[in-house]
Parts: sequence; structure tokens; C-alpha cells
Amino acid sequence: MPEENETLQPVVSALAEGIKRQVQVVQDYAELSFQSLANVFTPPHYWADTLEQMDIIGVGSLPIIVLTGFFIGGVLVLQTASQFERFGETALTGDAVALALVRELGPAITALLVAGRNASGIASELGSMVVTEQVDAMRALGTDPIRKLMTPRVIATVLMLPLLTAVSDFVGLVGGFLVAYFTLRLGPVQFWTRAIHALDFGDLVQGLMKPFIFAFIISTVACFMGLRVKGGTQGVGRATTSAVVVSSVILLVVDTFITRILLWAFNK
Amino acid sequence: MTPVGRPAAPPDQFSEPVPGAPLVSFKDIRVGFDSGDVLNGITFDVWPGETKILLGEGGSGKTLLMKLAAGLLRPDAGNVTVMGQDISDMPEKELLNFRRHIGFVFQEGALFDSMTVADNVSFRLDEEKVDEAEIETRVREALRFVEMEPSMEKYPGELSGGMRRRVSIARALVDRPPLVFYDSPTAGLDPVTCQTIITLILRGRDSQGVTSLLATQRVQDAFGLANFRFDKTTGHIVRDSPNEVRTAQTPARESAQQSAKQSGAQSSPVPPTNVLVLRGGKIYFEGAADELLHSSDEYLKAFLASAE
Repeated sequence: MPEENETLQPVVSALAEGIKRQVQVVQDYAELSFQSLANVFTPPHYWADTLEQMDIIGVGSLPIIVLTGFFIGGVLVLQTASQFERFGETALTGDAVALALVRELGPAITALLVAGRNASGIASELGSMVVTEQVDAMRALGTDPIRKLMTPRVIATVLMLPLLTAVSDFVGLVGGFLVAYFTLRLGPVQFWTRAIHALDFGDLVQGLMKPFIFAFIISTVACFMGLRVKGGTQGVGRATTSAVVVSSVILLVVDTFITRILLWAFNK
Repeated sequence: MTPVGRPAAPPDQFSEPVPGAPLVSFKDIRVGFDSGDVLNGITFDVWPGETKILLGEGGSGKTLLMKLAAGLLRPDAGNVTVMGQDISDMPEKELLNFRRHIGFVFQEGALFDSMTVADNVSFRLDEEKVDEAEIETRVREALRFVEMEPSMEKYPGELSGGMRRRVSIARALVDRPPLVFYDSPTAGLDPVTCQTIITLILRGRDSQGVTSLLATQRVQDAFGLANFRFDKTTGHIVRDSPNEVRTAQTPARESAQQSAKQSGAQSSPVPPTNVLVLRGGKIYFEGAADELLHSSDEYLKAFLASAE
């Protein structure tokens, strides 16, 4: 028995060390995220940097959001119509597309696209600044890098993602309508009336509340990964991949819980 | 219940050197990583007006000491006192205020690559909300000092390594700090560019009275700084006469020594340029450049020979 204990001891201590490190990472992330939020309420503010980031994240993401939104709406009509045709209820396509897009697909797919495009951009930019000592240089010049680099990116993402989601929802409905018009011969009045009537206040709240939370997750995870880069250019590559993967996974997990809470809150 | 915590730093806490006291003081510093101690028991001072040169092989902890002095890293044990304030466990918010009173030149320049040369140099002045006309004048002045005025609209990516270091020196000196840390400013540069950089440091020291701590692997840098000076009247770099001890040449040193005299404190004549050799995480040699040159120690002889 004592021999067995001696064999197990290194395994247990390695495991404990691993857990401790992971807890430390979560603690660091929480601390950094809190700091980035707290900076919003105290001066100095970097509004010019925030506007620049809003342009990069918001305007820069618009083309891919419009393109993907349009085709997602279209493919959703094709998929649902094939089911509704079996019951002769193709008129319900507008309801299905509107609900699916506004409640779930619009926020989730827009967030995933922004995570892919901007989380990677943020992590690689900040990571490169860390390895070339630009972040240390900023500190040496008396400027807080969290306030100067992270907070503008968080604010910009939180403000732009809901707007991008609204655009994506609308373009998705347009895409859905065009596919419904040409393949199912659904008239515009029939499609749009059903699509709009299918949505109530709770759906809109659900669809526009999620992007705020997703944006916070994407931007804070990306900044965290970028600012803790170690190991030169290889480290920057690793941080970029981690930023996209970790933020995508977290936002999908969080989505499940928010959806459950919001469905309960609006008695759905 | 009394609130616990450090009181907020007044804005001018670091603005003046403490009379009769060293500007930078390391006391029994220890820094270790997983592989063991990199610095162990490091104790030395940098006096107002002095140029202290940290020499040592790669990995001897020179950069670490520079970053400790600027509060960019914290020691595992010991104290770092700068301008009379212990910065070893100072909160980051107060450290940011402290760093506005120092200049730091990074090994590779560390210029912000998304900004022009002018924006890099004006960064600190912009942060301090200095008047735009004043910023323009001071940025031009700083860039003229390093002979980079024609390149002020260029981006760092368009500059050579030596030019980037010169811009970095301009960025560090633009706010006229009393204390500047140079982290291997000549590393990886050709001999002619190294000479240009050392000349700039000499001019900064002798025309602005800057106290500096300089880390380098090049012994030539140490002797260049120790044996030459910038003559303000002729505007040229001239060789120091061998026995001249320029202890009272810089205004900062003068005032510190006068204050020390008034307070009755002992003030030894410290030559303005001193060398400190690091080896195995400890100080192996501390003294004037001439003492290093004439040392009979085998390691130091080999170290000097390797630089030739």
C-alpha cells in the first residue's frame, strides 16, 4: 500500500498543479475583463481609438455579415419548405424563418463570424505588440495598455455586434423571401405579414440581448489571449487560434443557458 | 474602521530627486524563474548625474535589472527605490504615474508600428494633453536632436534598425526626464551606427544632465561613455582628459552634492560613468571604466578580450 501511494503521489501533484494553473487562468481572465469594464467609468477615455475599432469591427465585418446572412435566410427557406410542403403549409415558411433567424441563427452566426474575423485580428495584433515589447513600451510611457488597447476593443465590439446582428436578421429575411418567392411562389404580402406577425417582443429582446453578451465574450477572450502571449511569433499564432476556438465554444455554451433563461422569462 | 491601503500618489511625487540620496537604489534584489535564480543579492546605487553601465554576457540579467528599475517587473525579494520611492510593491496605477518621470529605450526600439515616427515621439505628450503647438515644437526638437526630423512622417517599418533606435531615444527624451534607462541600445547594430547611438547618449547626458542606467554587451560602449564627453560650447564630442573627475558637471549632481553637504552627509567623488559587470546573477565588478581596463582578474581580462 505505501508503494502504491508513492506511485500515485507524482500523478496527484501534477494533476493538482494543472488544475491550479487552469484556475489561475480563469482568475486572470475575470480580473482583466472586470478591469476593462471598470475603465469605462473612469477617465481617461480613448474615444478616437474606440471609433477606429468600431470601424474595423463593425463596418469591416459588414460585407461578410450581409453575404452570409442572405444565404442563411435562403437555405433556411429551402430546408423548412421541404418539410412544410408535405403538409401543404408552405405559407408557414415566413414564420419559421423569422423565428429561427431573429431568436437564434442571426445572433449566433453573426457572433461566430465576428469571432472568426475579429477575435483573430485582435489576438494577433495585441500578441504581436506584446512580443515586440510595444505593450511594455506603452507601460513605460505611463499609459495603461488595458485602458488604451483593451477597453476600446471591448466597447466597440459590444456596440457593433447588436447592429450587425440586426442587419444580418434583416438581410436573412430578404434572402428567405427571395428564395420563397422564386421556389415556392409565396407572395411578398403573405411572406412578410407572417414573418412579422410571428415575432413578438420577447423574440426581439432575445435576439438583441444575446449579441451584447456574445460581444463581451469575443472581445475579452481575444484581448486576454493576445495580452498573455509568450514565445514569439509561434505564441502569436497559438493565441490567434485559441482566441477563435475558445470564444466560439464559450459563446455557444453560454447561448444554451441564456436561451433557457430567456425562454423561461418570456413564458415560451 | 480605518481603510487599509496605500494612499493615492500626489502628481509631483517623483518630479524632484531627493537631495543627497541616490536616484536609483537596488537593495539585495533576487529574481528567479523555474530554472533557478537569475539575479541574487544585487545591491547598487545610481547617483544623480551618473551614467551606470551594466555589462555582462547574454542572459546575465541586464534587461531584467532595467525592467525592475522601471517597475515593469517586480523582484521576488529586495527593494528597488527610484527618486526616493520604493517601487518594488507599488500598485500599477501609481507605477504608471512614476513612469511618466523616466525615459526607457528598449532593446529593439519597441516603436508603435501603427503610428508614424512623429506620433511615436509625441505619444507621451499626447497622453498628457500638452498643447498641440507645443507638441509640434518639442517633437521636432527631439527628432532634430537624433537627426531624424526628415523622417517624421514615416512608419517604423520603413526605418533601419539604427534609425528606429534613434527615434526610440527621441521618444524617451522628448519629455526631458531626469532619468533614462537604455536597454542594450546598440545590440545588433553595425559599429558605425553603434557609435552614432553612443554619441546621442553622450549628448543627452552632457547637454541635458540626464542620469542614466545603460545595459550593454559591448565593452566599447562603456569606454566610449567613460572617455568622451559632449562639449556644449563647440558642439563636438571630445576626449576627456585622463585625470579629470567630472563629478560636479551636471546640474543634478551639483544640487545633490550641495544638499548632501548642507545635511552633513558624506559625499564621495563618484565619477560620472561607472561600470558594473554581472556574472552568475551577482555583481562581479563595480567601479570606473579605467579600473575595469586595468583589472588583473582573469574573467574580466577574458571578457574585455572577447570584445576586441
